[in-house]
Amino acid sequence: MWQYIVRKAFAAIPVLLGASLLAFLILQLAPGDPARLVAGEQASEDDVELIRQRLGLDRPLHIQYLRFLQSVAAGDLGRSIRTGRAVRDEITARFPYTMELAIASLLLSVTLGVIAGVLAAVRPNTVYDYGATLIALTGISTPTFWLGLLLMLLFAYYLGWLPASGRGGPLWTVAGLASIIMPAIALGTPSAAIISRLTRSSLLEVLRQDYVRTARSKGLAERVVVLHHSLRNALIPVITVVGLRLGALLGGAVITEQVFSWPGMGTLIVTAISSRDYPTVQGAMLVVATVFVLVNLAVDLIYAAVDPRIRYE
Amino acid sequence: MTTARATPLDLPVPAVPRRAGTFVRRLFRRRLVIVGAVLLGTFLLVSAAAPLLAPQGYDDQDLLRRLRPPSADFPLGTDSLGRDLLARIVWGARVSLMVGVLAMSLGLTGGSLLGLVSGFYGGRVDRLVMGLMDVLLSFPGILLALAVVAALGPGLYQVMVAVGIQQIPAFARLVRGSVLTVRKTEYAEAARVVGASDTRIMARHIVPNVVSPVIVLASLDIGTAILSSAGLSFLGLGAQPPLPDWGGMINQGRAFLRTAWWVAVFPGLAIMLTVLGFNLFGDGLRDALDPRLRQA
Repeated sequence: MWQYIVRKAFAAIPVLLGASLLAFLILQLAPGDPARLVAGEQASEDDVELIRQRLGLDRPLHIQYLRFLQSVAAGDLGRSIRTGRAVRDEITARFPYTMELAIASLLLSVTLGVIAGVLAAVRPNTVYDYGATLIALTGISTPTFWLGLLLMLLFAYYLGWLPASGRGGPLWTVAGLASIIMPAIALGTPSAAIISRLTRSSLLEVLRQDYVRTARSKGLAERVVVLHHSLRNALIPVITVVGLRLGALLGGAVITEQVFSWPGMGTLIVTAISSRDYPTVQGAMLVVATVFVLVNLAVDLIYAAVDPRIRYE
Repeated sequence: MTTARATPLDLPVPAVPRRAGTFVRRLFRRRLVIVGAVLLGTFLLVSAAAPLLAPQGYDDQDLLRRLRPPSADFPLGTDSLGRDLLARIVWGARVSLMVGVLAMSLGLTGGSLLGLVSGFYGGRVDRLVMGLMDVLLSFPGILLALAVVAALGPGLYQVMVAVGIQQIPAFARLVRGSVLTVRKTEYAEAARVVGASDTRIMARHIVPNVVSPVIVLASLDIGTAILSSAGLSFLGLGAQPPLPDWGGMINQGRAFLRTAWWVAVFPGLAIMLTVLGFNLFGDGLRDALDPRLRQA
């Protein structure tokens, strides 16, 4: 297992370097002079030159990239052009909110997805199964931001049950919990749909196995056969997808946060892009990509721990 | 194999029409595919007939009739500038179709070429290309598209490029996987033995065999591209006003959600039904083109 962990960890390094290169290139590819972009439209020529020298933008590109890496490794992501604050501080203040939204959506989508998938698998080719399929496909096809607005319209404006937007406080308070319900449902619906489809097909596959037939022929109750004998094995492929979904949720949160004015990374990134605050865009992208790669690494390791055959492939 | 030429025994082999018929029957065997086809057909028809369905265009403003609810005159109501929402949704179908098809084409062309070269040559080329794809995939969800828009600036064409780049890794991985399988087959080996060039082997023997899964992914990806671009437009980074972009229309309607729900609700419904159409049809296409999957 250790060998596998080390191998996987080393494989993540070039990907992280690549992600850093991509984040670095955002500023270089932007139309116009990077020093002028950082200095702002109003800055004088002298200021622009000063910034060019200070940021090393007059050096060759590969030197610039190495310096960028050096700063990132030292935890320095530069300063926001918009607010003047350190990008690291901006991200530290907001990342936990995005993470809590992503995790809440994940918990919700796993619960709903697995339940719906199991119910569809135990009654294949019935009206129920077709209904679940249609709901899942609709869930995948629905824009999360639009679903968020529909929820807001119904539960906040018409029924008045939940707050329309904003984060109501820590999640252990009623106000905090109430404020995360709608964003979590909106963000988690496509994931719930994907997980339900996967659970269904995986469970159907397992239910055809010989040992399940044996369990049934022993006279075990169908509930025991499904929940104790089959579901555990059926959920192995689901684990991988769940891990990948966490990454997708982190990315998807960018849009959902805008709908509900959730104070996370999404709002930070979108504001930064609109105001051409490149250091913030670069820093935020890099942090999200790094977390995503680390989550995927963790998923690989968990998968290998659950299913030892993977380690030897 | 599928020609209608007479065999040595002079038996008629009307393979093409029969196969096409079987394929269509197989495709439409599932009811949900018919639903998908109807949704898609409506979408394409509306896109094509926009000038007939909404001759007044998409930017016919009249502030005296702003935020009118759905009525006989304006079946889907009007927006904050008094424009007919139905007309804007009809014209918006063209924008969505263009973004979906062009972004998918970029992903398909770029991804397929990279996957083909990567799978065919293997070794260092493979490691380099797949490493690059891993890097692209290290930006979760819509974030890669956002990074590209951050670099290129907001706008409809920038969004198409951004969403297209986001789609490249999926095509590259799919084509590479298929190429790896086909490359080891005896007929590909045989072509090599008789001295066929790399280009010829790829074009004549490998490409035809990877076309089916690519068509399926392409049909599903148009829907994904429409969703992603709508997301970027919703953030204000896509098509700029007054162009009727469904995502942008939802964004404009957000401010009036409490008083004029229709402005945000109907464009979203249009996105959902269109993407659902592509997903249902794509699913059916996959089942019909790949007999192995039909068993599942």
